[in-house]
Amino acid sequence: MTFDSAPAIVAVTLVTLATLTIGTWGLRFSRTTSDFYVASRSVRPGLNASAIGGEYLSAASFLGVAGLVFTSGAEMLWYPIGWTAGYLVLLTLVAAPLRRSGAYTLPDFAEERLASRGVRRLCSLLVVTIGWLYLLPQLQGAGLTLELVAGAPRWVGPVLVGTVVLVSVFSGGMRSITFVQAFQYWLKLTALLVPVGVLVAVWGSDGAPRATDLSQTWSMPMGTDGSAGLYATYSLIAATFLGTMGLPHVGVRFYTNPDGRAARRTTLVVLALLGVFYLLPPILGLLGRVYAATPTSADTLVLELPRLMVPGWAGDALTGLVCAGAFAAFLSTSSGLAIAVSGVLSQDVVVPLLRRRGSRFGGVAAFRIASLVAVLVPVAGALLTPSVGVARGVALAFALAAATFCPLLLLGIWWRRLTAYGAAAGLVTGLVTTGTAVVFTISGSRTDTWADVALSQPALWAVPLSFAVMIVVSLATAAHVPAHTTRLLVRLHTPEPTVEPAGPVVALQQR
Amino acid sequence: MTEPQRVRVTGPPRRRPAVRRVDVGEDTRLGEVYLGSLMRAQLSIAVRTLAVLFLGVGSLPLLFWLAPGLVHTAPFGVPLPWLLLGVLVYPFLFLLGRWYLRGAERNEASYADLLSTDPSGSDDETP
Repeated sequence: MTFDSAPAIVAVTLVTLATLTIGTWGLRFSRTTSDFYVASRSVRPGLNASAIGGEYLSAASFLGVAGLVFTSGAEMLWYPIGWTAGYLVLLTLVAAPLRRSGAYTLPDFAEERLASRGVRRLCSLLVVTIGWLYLLPQLQGAGLTLELVAGAPRWVGPVLVGTVVLVSVFSGGMRSITFVQAFQYWLKLTALLVPVGVLVAVWGSDGAPRATDLSQTWSMPMGTDGSAGLYATYSLIAATFLGTMGLPHVGVRFYTNPDGRAARRTTLVVLALLGVFYLLPPILGLLGRVYAATPTSADTLVLELPRLMVPGWAGDALTGLVCAGAFAAFLSTSSGLAIAVSGVLSQDVVVPLLRRRGSRFGGVAAFRIASLVAVLVPVAGALLTPSVGVARGVALAFALAAATFCPLLLLGIWWRRLTAYGAAAGLVTGLVTTGTAVVFTISGSRTDTWADVALSQPALWAVPLSFAVMIVVSLATAAHVPAHTTRLLVRLHTPEPTVEPAGPVVALQQR
Repeated sequence: MTEPQRVRVTGPPRRRPAVRRVDVGEDTRLGEVYLGSLMRAQLSIAVRTLAVLFLGVGSLPLLFWLAPGLVHTAPFGVPLPWLLLGVLVYPFLFLLGRWYLRGAERNEASYADLLSTDPSGSDDETP
């Protein structure tokens, strides 16, 4: 399939310019280290929710879901459902207490809760691993997209996304990224909503087959291969429902809320924004079936469908629009991950290293050095490793997060008897089990046995195992429960004063 | 009551940590009892919300596995799996989230009431 690349190039250029402009504009608001890390914790729920939506809706959502639904049918609807329901689990069990912990990052939370440098380092390692694992498919997807729509060599996508991300992170940190990502949510929504509207209208007017005429196996919501399909579906549910809370770029967003109550309200708005967005990709997958599309790969269906269904300039314009949305998806998720990974790298690697050498560089400079590392490593990885498909690659990052940070957060917030030893044992268990599964899946040695199924979707057994190890080891080391546990839990669960306003404090916050 | 106090606030904007009015009773038996009741109430509403989530959404793969014939039903011309998993699940998740949010905020409000009526808690007010 040959593509006229003009609309795509225009779209990608415009998105890049808009991102850089808003990012630099945000620079005027970014003055302190706190601005860089967490936007000084003063982002309001509406803006923050748009930013979370913008950051969260990655290439896997924008391109991957439609492609997977197209190739595998209703079974794949569990991906977007899980990515949304993960926020509901986050809302109910984590959102407000995590914000009230007052820590910057997940390692901060772990250290505060368990008073252990060791657990902190382990968490830092996990944040960086999960972040890079998640960045990899984003960057590879960017390479694939630009190759397809603009005829660029495969390396252009990762390098371009990496550069733009680096420039925005360098210039404005979290504060400016918040504006960029809020903009990108609405861009992504528009970039699917308009094409879906037009294409559905085309479908309605030209008498192509109806949805009910499609094959029945394609509509089966839990795979077709019997109990293995059912297992894989439930394992995917476990990974996405429980993994969302442990994603580095999701966690760090909670610290930009003013208080725990705002964190909850933000999360609820996010649920609405995600729900609206995820109505759209399956429709494109369905239309792909109706019009018997033959995309180059599942991930490119969204990009190829408009021209297949609408000839002439209108098709070109729609193609440009979806390219803009896809590129916004690569940029926003990659920026969010780069920020989260940079924050951890700078706090736990760069600043200690600089201190040891007696350097006087502090906060912002260390953050910039860290962001360089945080972006360059996955760009190199994207150029050197083969692609596993964007949605499946992301699913592995979810499984890793579900088997490590989910038990840590849930037990840390709700269970007084968690000890540093228990947490460390559980985290290592999760890292080893899901890490094995990741290596196995990326290596691509498939055998179609139960072992293969269990390793390609590890969450359903790995998550309970991590929980069990964390609980058992904590009970066995009960003497090491941190002395400040009760005091800390009071803080995590106690509403801030804004719940029942006391005059002066409220006035100050509203200023 | 709050009106006269607002007049004081005219200085330059300051970033300051929220002052917690309920640090009372930390590390005391009373504090532990209060915390225990709040945590139980919050955990209870969270668990109830998640139970509805797993009954409402988590049961669907099993349902279609046990009764594959449901795939053929198509209310409003849309096959049932697509209607449930592609459309209805999202408003369901949002409404469930809103229901939880209200419950959780109600729990916190009654906890704050409990502390402000307690004599040992009332003097630990914001400045």
